[in-house]
Amino acid sequence: MNGLLEIFSYHFMVNAFRAGTIVALAAAMIGWFAVLRRESFAAHTLAVASVPGAAGATLLGTSATGGGMLFCAIAALAIAAFPRGQSARGFSEEPAVIGVVQALALASGFLFVSLYHGLLTGTNALLFGNVLGIADTQVLVLVVVAIGALAALGAIARPLLFASIDPLVAAAHGVRVRLLSTFFLLLLGLAAAEASQIVGALLVFALLVLPAATAQRLTARPLTGLALSAALGLAATWLGLLLAYYTPYPASFYITTLAFAAFAATRWSRGVPPWRRHASTSQACEEVA
Amino acid sequence: MSVSLRLGRRSEADAGVAPVPDAAALLVRDAAVAFGERCLWRNVSFALERGMFAALLGPNGVGKSTLLRAIVALQPLSEGEIRVFGLPPVRGRRYVGYLPQRRSFDAALRVRGIDVVRLGLDGTRWGIPLPGIGPFITAGERAARQRVTELIRLVGAEAYAHRPIGELSGGEQQRLLLAQALARRPRLLLLDEPLDSLDIANQSAIAALIQRICRDEDVAVLMVAHDVNPIVRYLDRVIYLAPEGAASGSVEEVITSERLSALYRTPIDVLRASDGRLVIVGAPEEGTPFAIGGHTGVHGPR
Repeated sequence: MNGLLEIFSYHFMVNAFRAGTIVALAAAMIGWFAVLRRESFAAHTLAVASVPGAAGATLLGTSATGGGMLFCAIAALAIAAFPRGQSARGFSEEPAVIGVVQALALASGFLFVSLYHGLLTGTNALLFGNVLGIADTQVLVLVVVAIGALAALGAIARPLLFASIDPLVAAAHGVRVRLLSTFFLLLLGLAAAEASQIVGALLVFALLVLPAATAQRLTARPLTGLALSAALGLAATWLGLLLAYYTPYPASFYITTLAFAAFAATRWSRGVPPWRRHASTSQACEEVA
Repeated sequence: MSVSLRLGRRSEADAGVAPVPDAAALLVRDAAVAFGERCLWRNVSFALERGMFAALLGPNGVGKSTLLRAIVALQPLSEGEIRVFGLPPVRGRRYVGYLPQRRSFDAALRVRGIDVVRLGLDGTRWGIPLPGIGPFITAGERAARQRVTELIRLVGAEAYAHRPIGELSGGEQQRLLLAQALARRPRLLLLDEPLDSLDIANQSAIAALIQRICRDEDVAVLMVAHDVNPIVRYLDRVIYLAPEGAASGSVEEVITSERLSALYRTPIDVLRASDGRLVIVGAPEEGTPFAIGGHTGVHGPR
């Protein structure tokens, strides 16, 4: 118990837990919709867009966190400007424009890093995260943006679910599907920018996709899935931070590995092979009903 | 984009307007749809009375789905007008149910059938539906759950409604989607090829279910089909769509060699097999069999 309290006598650990907690929550819940909408690639691209944002902001001498978010938002709008093929067939492939945005983002990120010679050691932090080096002002920005994004997600949750599952019927019901997709990409951009502050631009899947994908394997109930995704994201983050404190290895590695372990565990969680799932799920339903 | 945004706003204001008493469920008058220079169809006029079960038939690519989309305001008309219970089409009308043509849901989609049905009821409302437990469930939530249970019983989906919809068969998904389309108690139900990609047993089961809903719930049904035979005995009306107009009436009136030949401006033969099945044969282009709502050739499914 003393060991646990000792952690919080270090301000950087307190900040890491504060930032990690709020970001894990926002990323896991926004990520749940991204996984449902098959927008993992977009999520990754948006996270990569935070690299030139943060590097560029550092170059200009302004807030790297703010710069990352700004670039993520711009990338989200760029992706939204090229919509997926109109959804007569439901889910469609994500368009190649996402790959284009990602390549451009990485290239300009590399340029900014080269221009700013002093940042060479910071490149690792951008790509793989630097959760133990988060300052008070950054925590404040992360908390405010995450709460705003979560509130916005809560407001659009139901029509967004409708538009994600069944865009044509949702449109016929008067849901503005295109507007919602754009708005959701913006939220996803913010979540990706936040997550890259914790685990780095290259490892955002640890917070954005893995908890959500794990939750969706475990439950087909939307609300339960959202809550479970948040819980899994939180657990991976907290445990990862603890392990990083007691060992010489980076937090991003632990958070990603834990999130991955949870995902892998769902493979065997039911003890039933996939081809026998039908029988087991219908039994579960009867219990629920 | 500006057009759809405007329609979106308008639908929010107009969607709850009550139907005009005594107006036909659906009235299409001199309607045309054009994409740029290309006119898909024009001079289309027909009416559908309340409580009638009608099939919308015509060759592939003639624009049957587009007509359905026009009725739910997803596609603007270039000429003419559409009246739904006496009112112009807007999105989100409570008394119009729409089931677009679809492939099946992604097999990996992990959302329960019951949630998909529920979205038909209040999927457009903002916010998160609070689950509530035991005595803490609001009256509205209780009523909504009651309605969803009712719908699932109506389409006979009790056994699998709690399973992820992606895991279900085409017929099971179609029943749940039908329940979704019925959620807000529509008086007009628009179905785009609901029997497509179903096996024969499921085709006739779903067709019978739709007729039962039409009769018991007093819902007018307009159903796009590429084959009239699985539904022909349930139909009150058929509407044949052609580039230069439409023919509507009872099966006996419309599915005749004379009417269809005149409509499509090409010789078409309507044959009646000994078991009552209709075989419709024509050749608008050299060598291409012309499938307009019946079977071409002799290989029709039983």
